[in-house]
Amino acid sequence: MTAILKRELGSFFHSAIGYIVLAVFYAFAGLFFYLYCLYSNSASLTNVFGNMFLVILFVVPIITMKSFSEERKQKTEQALLTSPASIFQIVMGKFLGAFVMYCICIAIFLVFALVICFFTTPQWSVVLGNFVGVLLLGGALIAIDIFISSLTESQVISAVVGVAAGLVIYMLDSLASLVTVDFIKTIISSISFLPHYTNFTNGIFNLADIVFFASVVGIFLFLTVRVFEKKRWS
Amino acid sequence: MVEVKNLTKCYGDIKAIDNISFSVEAGEVLGFLGPNGAGKSTTMNIITGYLSSTSGTVTIGGKDILDDPKGAKSQIGYLPEIPPLYVDMTVEKYLEFVFELKKVRLPKKEHILDVMKQVKIDHVAQRLIKNLSKGYKQRVGFAQALIGNPPVLILDEPTVGLDPKQIIEIRNLIKSLGKKHTVILSSHVLSEISATCDRIVVIANGKLVADAKTDELSAAIEGERKLLVEVQGSQSDIINAIKAVDGVINVKKSRDTGANSAEYLVEYDFGADVRKDLFFALAGASCPILGMKNSQKTLEEAFLMLTTGDTSALMGGKK
Repeated sequence: MTAILKRELGSFFHSAIGYIVLAVFYAFAGLFFYLYCLYSNSASLTNVFGNMFLVILFVVPIITMKSFSEERKQKTEQALLTSPASIFQIVMGKFLGAFVMYCICIAIFLVFALVICFFTTPQWSVVLGNFVGVLLLGGALIAIDIFISSLTESQVISAVVGVAAGLVIYMLDSLASLVTVDFIKTIISSISFLPHYTNFTNGIFNLADIVFFASVVGIFLFLTVRVFEKKRWS
Repeated sequence: MVEVKNLTKCYGDIKAIDNISFSVEAGEVLGFLGPNGAGKSTTMNIITGYLSSTSGTVTIGGKDILDDPKGAKSQIGYLPEIPPLYVDMTVEKYLEFVFELKKVRLPKKEHILDVMKQVKIDHVAQRLIKNLSKGYKQRVGFAQALIGNPPVLILDEPTVGLDPKQIIEIRNLIKSLGKKHTVILSSHVLSEISATCDRIVVIANGKLVADAKTDELSAAIEGERKLLVEVQGSQSDIINAIKAVDGVINVKKSRDTGANSAEYLVEYDFGADVRKDLFFALAGASCPILGMKNSQKTLEEAFLMLTTGDTSALMGGKK
């Protein structure tokens, strides 16, 4: 598992992809930080985090698009699947590789919090809440996109479907308001990410929200493992 | 060491491999021969646990690939048809990755250097894999399989796409590996298998058609030596003269070549050389020999014969 994790991280930074993702992410985060904090004299990072939701939806599929797609295309998955490592360890290694990359992205928010410290004392509970929220949201999206990546050998399809899935998740709330049948409405709004995420951005720690994101991670990693099991048996 | 029992793999209605059984003893080099699409790679993928079988079992060193995949896989070094290389890594970094992936418990630096020396890639250790030639990529693939000194090596067409010099090098490498490892080697080139393997398993259309020691298979082929002789003269004289020669088993006319000449197929004993006697016998009968050539079957012909269905003559050794 650690071998795959190390290789994943190495592959981001041996190519341009890691640096480009970081540059784009930092640029947008910086822009929002300037607009909502520095320019408008606010110490609250909540708006910054709220706006980053959309950027994250685009960045995560870019991070995960080659995860399994590239392995399948280059036939390197044969080395992984015939090694003594179990499928779960392989999937976990891939997930953690992307997750660590994502953590490097969102580490910029800690820098922002420190910048605010120079002017005033930030509301640490809100900053922490936001940070945990972004962490969990990213984890859930990574798990979903890794699952998508395991279904295709084309990186482009993997990225496009990943972004589409992210946008659908983003719009679930608006979709729910269009539906007139009550129980479908309840289902849609309860699987929507946004209300769970918004709680964190307001500094509210709710066990239900944490469990929600953790379950999404668990379900999609499990499904990814099943994809490989199924492929072996078909 | 490797035991394959009643292996069947279906893709929908198509049987990719059909009830294949064979076993490989420790230290043996087994050649796995068949035309393209016969099911060689499928079988190897099942043995290594990459695919699962529809029915049948595979055990590696007593460990079932499905019940104890970890134990079984850790004993295998596998070089697939397309070497599984991460082309954005250097050779050394890649081998370190494989080392960790296989959870090998050997001194890391020394072992990797050892393997690189064995396949002669130590001088390209710091190069990116994508910049290497095909031959070197193949050798890196070899090195990858050798990491951890697995007792069983499974090599899927290891010499495809290499130049003749590299092929000879790889063959010598396989031979030297055969002293320490159990090797299963697949190929559709017969000369390659006969040059390196102790035993040959031939499959065609997913079915096992022959399983014999390499020399038994050659003996089975050489057992029926045939000579094609073109002679001028009357047919009865010629046949009588040829039949009188020591060692000749059978003779029959195969085709007319002129008004008074014809070609005859002479079957004779393995070990006997009847050409000289034939010459004097026919000279004595005043029937001049116009031409004479060996119609001994080559290994390639035997291979074609086996894989196109007519197998009865060649089931030498054990079935």
